[in-house]
Amino acid sequence: MNRKISIRMSGLGGQGVVTAAHILGVATTLEGLVSTVNPFFGAEKRLAPAESYVRISSSQIDERGEVLYPNIIMIFHPHVITLGKCYTMPFFDGLQPEGILIINSEQPLDLSKEDLTKLGQLNARLFYLPATQIATQVAETELSTNIAMLGGLVGVTRLVSVEAIRESLAERFGGRKFLASATTAALDDVLKSKFAQVTQLVDRNMEVVHKASEAVQEYFIKKKEAGSLCMLR
Amino acid sequence: MIEQKIVEPEYLFFQADREEVFITGSEALKEAIKRANVDMAISYPITPQSESMHLVGDLYVEGYVREYFRGENEFAVMSAVAGASMGGVRVFTATGGPGTLRAFEIFPAWAGARVPVVCAFMTRGVNSPLSIQPDTIEMAFMLHTGIVMFHAETAQDLYDMLLKAFVIAEKPDVHIPVGVFADGFFVTHTREKVKIDPAEIKLPPYNPYSSPVPVMDMENVPVRHMRDPFVMKSNFISYAAHASWQQEILAAAERARKHIHKYLGGLVETENEEAEILIIASGTAVSQSREAIALACQEGLNAGLVKIKSIRPFPEEEIRKLTQKAKAVIVPEFNRVGWLCKEIKSVVEDNTKVVGGPRVFGGMTMPPHLILAEIRRCSQ
Repeated sequence: MNRKISIRMSGLGGQGVVTAAHILGVATTLEGLVSTVNPFFGAEKRLAPAESYVRISSSQIDERGEVLYPNIIMIFHPHVITLGKCYTMPFFDGLQPEGILIINSEQPLDLSKEDLTKLGQLNARLFYLPATQIATQVAETELSTNIAMLGGLVGVTRLVSVEAIRESLAERFGGRKFLASATTAALDDVLKSKFAQVTQLVDRNMEVVHKASEAVQEYFIKKKEAGSLCMLR
Repeated sequence: MIEQKIVEPEYLFFQADREEVFITGSEALKEAIKRANVDMAISYPITPQSESMHLVGDLYVEGYVREYFRGENEFAVMSAVAGASMGGVRVFTATGGPGTLRAFEIFPAWAGARVPVVCAFMTRGVNSPLSIQPDTIEMAFMLHTGIVMFHAETAQDLYDMLLKAFVIAEKPDVHIPVGVFADGFFVTHTREKVKIDPAEIKLPPYNPYSSPVPVMDMENVPVRHMRDPFVMKSNFISYAAHASWQQEILAAAERARKHIHKYLGGLVETENEEAEILIIASGTAVSQSREAIALACQEGLNAGLVKIKSIRPFPEEEIRKLTQKAKAVIVPEFNRVGWLCKEIKSVVEDNTKVVGGPRVFGGMTMPPHLILAEIRRCSQ
C-alpha cells in the first residue's frame, strides 16, 4: 500500500466506534503497517454522537486529529444520517473520490436526491450491512455491532486480514491491560459476561465478522437519475 | 513497592533497549511515570486528562508510586503538590484547560517557591462556550508564570519530555517547576507507536538537598514569605528582595537551556531550514505542518520546518538566526490569540514577514490544506 487510507467511523455512544477503531488499528499494525487511531466525542454518554478515526499507511503518518478527508466512512447507526447525530454534515462531508461508504441498516436509507447526486459525482461506492441484526443473531448481543461493521469492511476492502482481526480481538478482550473509560470498561464487562470464556467471545465475534463480510451489499447510485437505487448483487 | 533498578538518567534516555508498543498518549504518560521514581501523585479529573491520572492511580495500586490521592479540586491539588514538593519528595500531577485556569494562582507560586514539580497539561478549550476539545489557549496564560514549558508533538515526545522534565526541574541551578504540554485528544487519545524503556529500570530518586533554597525553613524564603511576607513591609530592602527573587526565577529558567540542549537535543528541531518559506510551530500544529509540507513538495513548492520544543525558555536566538534568510514565516496554531506568533514576532528581525496563522480553535482539527494554502500564497 503506497497511499494513506483514512477511515472515519461515525456512530452513537455505546456502539463501540472507539473499540472498533482500536481493534482495526491493532490488526493493521500486526500486519506490519503503520496506523494511528483516535476518537472524538463530546459529553461521554450513550446515544450521543461519537466518532473515531483510523489512518493506515505503509509509511509514517504525521497528520492528527479528525479525519477530514476520508477514503472510507463507516456509519454505525442510521440515526447518524437520519437524525444528524454526526460531527460532520452531511455525513459524507470530505469523502474522497471513489470513496467507500458502509452503512449499518437493514434497508437502504431514504437519502435525499441532493446527497445521492453528490455521492454519484464522487463515484462513491455505497454499501449497506444489517450489522446490528447480524450481531444480535450470531453473537446474541447488539454489542457486537462494531465487530459486524469491521466484518463489512473486510468484505468490501480486504484492508486487513481476518486472521489479524482475530488476533487483535483476542488481545483487546484477552486480559492485556489497556486503557478504557469507565463506561467502556462497563460495556466490556457486559460483553464478557455474555460468554463463558474469552476464546468463546473471540470465536463468536469472528463468526460475526465472517457473516457480515458476506452480508454487505453494494447499492449502485445511478448518476443521471440519482434518487432511485438499484441493487447490484 | 515494586523493585526497579535505579539507573543513570542518561542510560534511561539514550542507551536502554527500547520496546515499541502501540499505545495512546495517556498510556505513554503512564509508562513515563512508571519509570520516573515518583513518590507522590495527586489527581483531579478533567477531560482530556482524566485517563492519564487514572492510570497513575493504577501505578499506585501496582506499587510504582508511593502515595496517591484525589484532591478536592485543581486549586487544592496544585497546593497539595507544592506542599509535598517542599516536604522533599518527587511529585507529579496533571490537568488541562479549565482545570489549569482553576488552579492558576498556584503556578507562579510554585515557581516562586522553587519547587521542582512536574505537571502535565493536556490542553483543551477553556469555557465558554463549552468545549472539551483540543485548543492551546491555556499556554498563553502560562507563559509568564515562571515555569519551564515543553510542548509535545506526539505520544513519544510526551513520554520522553516527562522523564527528562524531572531531571531538568531538579538540577540545583534550575530547580523550578516544569510543565509538559500535550494537545488533548490529538496526543492523549491517539494510539500510535511509542518506544519505551524496560519496566525494570527507573530514574534515581529526588535528592531534596539539590534544592538551592532551604526545605521548609521558617526563617528563610520561600516559607518566610508566608509568615512574614514582603508585602507587609514598605521599604527599599523588601522591594529589592522581591525584585531580585523574581529575576532569580527567570535566571533559573535561562540556566535550564544547557540542560534542555543536553537532554532534548535543543530547544528546536529543524528540517530543510534553508528553505525560503519556513513554518514554525509547536505541539500537534507541527504534525499538520509536516503533512502540509509533504503536499507542497508534490506541487514542487519548497518549505522548511522549525519545531519548537521548549516554549519557556523560548528559543530567541535560534529563531532569530533561522529566520534571517527566510522570505516568509508561517505560524500555524491551535488557538485564537496566536500567542506563539507573538513570541516569534518579538524576536524575528523583520517581523513583517511573519504570517500569523492559519489558526483553528475551539477543538477544530487544522486541515493541512490550510497551511498548504499559505505556503502557496507565500510562494507567489
